[in-house]
Amino acid sequence: MIRFIIKGIVRDKSKSLIPIAVISVGVMVTVLMFGFLKGVFSDVINQNARLDTGHVKIMTKPYAENKEQLPNDLALLDIRELIDSLNQNFPEMIWTPRIKFGGIMDVPDNFGNTKSQGPGMGLALALFDKDSKELERLKLSESVEKGSLPNKKGQILLSDNYANKLNINPGETITFFGSTMEGSMVFQNYEMSGTVRFGSPLMDKSTFIIDILDAQIMLDMNNGSGEILGYFKNNKYDDKRALTIAKKFNSKYISSSDEYAPVMVTLKDQNDLRASLEMGDAFSGVFLFVFIIAMSLVLWNTGLIGGLRRYNEFGIRLAIGESKSNIFRILLVEASVIGIIGSLIGTSLGILFCYYLQEVGIDISKDIANSTIIMPSVMRAYVTSDLFYIGFIPGLFSMLFGTALSGRGIYKRETARLFKELEV
Amino acid sequence: MKKETIIKLKNLTKNYPVAGRDFPVLKGINLSINSSEFLGIIGPSGSGKTTLLNIIGSLDKPTNGEVNVLNKEIKSLNHKDAAELRNFHIGFIFQVFNLLPVYTVFENVEFALLLQKNTTKQRKNAVMEALEWVGLTEHANKKPDKLSGGESQRVAIARAMVKSPKLVLADEPTANLDAENAHAILKTMKKLNKELGTTFLFSTHDEKVMGYLDRKIFLRDGIVEKDEKYKS
Repeated sequence: MIRFIIKGIVRDKSKSLIPIAVISVGVMVTVLMFGFLKGVFSDVINQNARLDTGHVKIMTKPYAENKEQLPNDLALLDIRELIDSLNQNFPEMIWTPRIKFGGIMDVPDNFGNTKSQGPGMGLALALFDKDSKELERLKLSESVEKGSLPNKKGQILLSDNYANKLNINPGETITFFGSTMEGSMVFQNYEMSGTVRFGSPLMDKSTFIIDILDAQIMLDMNNGSGEILGYFKNNKYDDKRALTIAKKFNSKYISSSDEYAPVMVTLKDQNDLRASLEMGDAFSGVFLFVFIIAMSLVLWNTGLIGGLRRYNEFGIRLAIGESKSNIFRILLVEASVIGIIGSLIGTSLGILFCYYLQEVGIDISKDIANSTIIMPSVMRAYVTSDLFYIGFIPGLFSMLFGTALSGRGIYKRETARLFKELEV
Repeated sequence: MKKETIIKLKNLTKNYPVAGRDFPVLKGINLSINSSEFLGIIGPSGSGKTTLLNIIGSLDKPTNGEVNVLNKEIKSLNHKDAAELRNFHIGFIFQVFNLLPVYTVFENVEFALLLQKNTTKQRKNAVMEALEWVGLTEHANKKPDKLSGGESQRVAIARAMVKSPKLVLADEPTANLDAENAHAILKTMKKLNKELGTTFLFSTHDEKVMGYLDRKIFLRDGIVEKDEKYKS
């Protein structure tokens, strides 16, 4: 019987072509939207994790409350001991300190006079500690635009845009003007080793990177850092595990009277990411729901028109001895076959477009040049395993729902009345 | 061949609601039809012929009275049992041939057997035999749109006969055929009636059909006016 049904679907183009086209387009859009949203959200999470938040982050409580002001006077102290303890208690993570600080960068000319000057955002990393994996994490090696990465103390790396703005080249000297952790003024010369492009407009604007030991000395932060970031060793953020780790860590300090006691926050609890991502998830859900309803309405209508066209066929089948319930059941089987064919075509096309958007992406760097949040400058879709089945939910369900609605009339009517209306 | 009563109608009435009132179409029909009969219900349009055929074919139910077809009380059948009765024991032939256009001649005839869940081999043998009865074996793989009117109606006969039904109900089967094709069709049906013992019940007002009938039941305004039997 299934072969008979499939023959009918394949041969009767008017029975199958429009529904398959509707489903294919619908499923394609669903798959593409899901792949794209997933890609964008994943990139936002990854980029935030890499550049700013870690998978978890430890700060002192007052630092956490004022972190936008980069209050290094409220930084963590005795971090070596703290990191040792973290490595013992949470061996599934890599812990690494970072210091964020701000200041003025001054580029002198041959006579020592200012050639160019501008405010900059400093980021101190454990550049020379291979175990920290900071170079890989920030993809610094592959992001080098000019020169090279720092390979010794006293070197500095600038974002390419910033270097161009300051008109400085690798090998030249640049001076940092800022304040120490205690508030004293500090001047420090660095040799520029090279430039990098972070791929985030906010970071590319005016960021410079130095080694954390240089920063600790310069900022009077011996054995201190503004933040300690934790990353899962598999480099994949797991919100549940992150929350458990944070809860366990914070439980030790919850009743501490030390006002500088450390506190751990997860990735999603920073930069309003949880709300944004939950909104993204909700948006995806609403999109899927609206899509199913809209497609069901279209397919209901298509089913009604197709049903009217097939009244004669239903009448013949009733007369031959097929029951109403069997006709209805076969309509649903036909709908499933059409739904599966449409979903397969739509999923293939959707994944194809997703793959294109994964490889090429949409460059939005010009649109977010002045953005104050960390987000990728190229929006990409991700081809993930769930894209292979996500389209089948609206594709198959809407076809079945639409057919069930249109076929209900046949099932509910008296056979004789139906037979009369079927104009046999 | 031993004759047995396969259709028994007792005080059959059928009303249809028209503008909120019951309109009587059949008014107390009493009939008894035996196996292997070749008979027709004859009457003008609106006399109730098709309604009577639909009730006998378990497509409709009587308002009152008893309708016993092949030992089944039509009134008490649910739609599944009624479908089963049609599927296994009753064949239908229509005025317009009503073949499924996307399927081949073979597949159109095979459909009833698919519902009976027969094996592929059983279906193939039965379909080819039925096509042989109507002389269409060489057209088995053609689509209905490649057939003439007469050939199409012969496919419809094969479709009705493939399940070896006890009863075939034919509603104006020659109405869309020219005289030559009509006679050919009627001869085929008569032959099947003789050879297989299938009862053929026609609804018609076509003179050509009347010439082949062994029994004519004249229906007028929902009442049996005359019931004439002829020796075949």
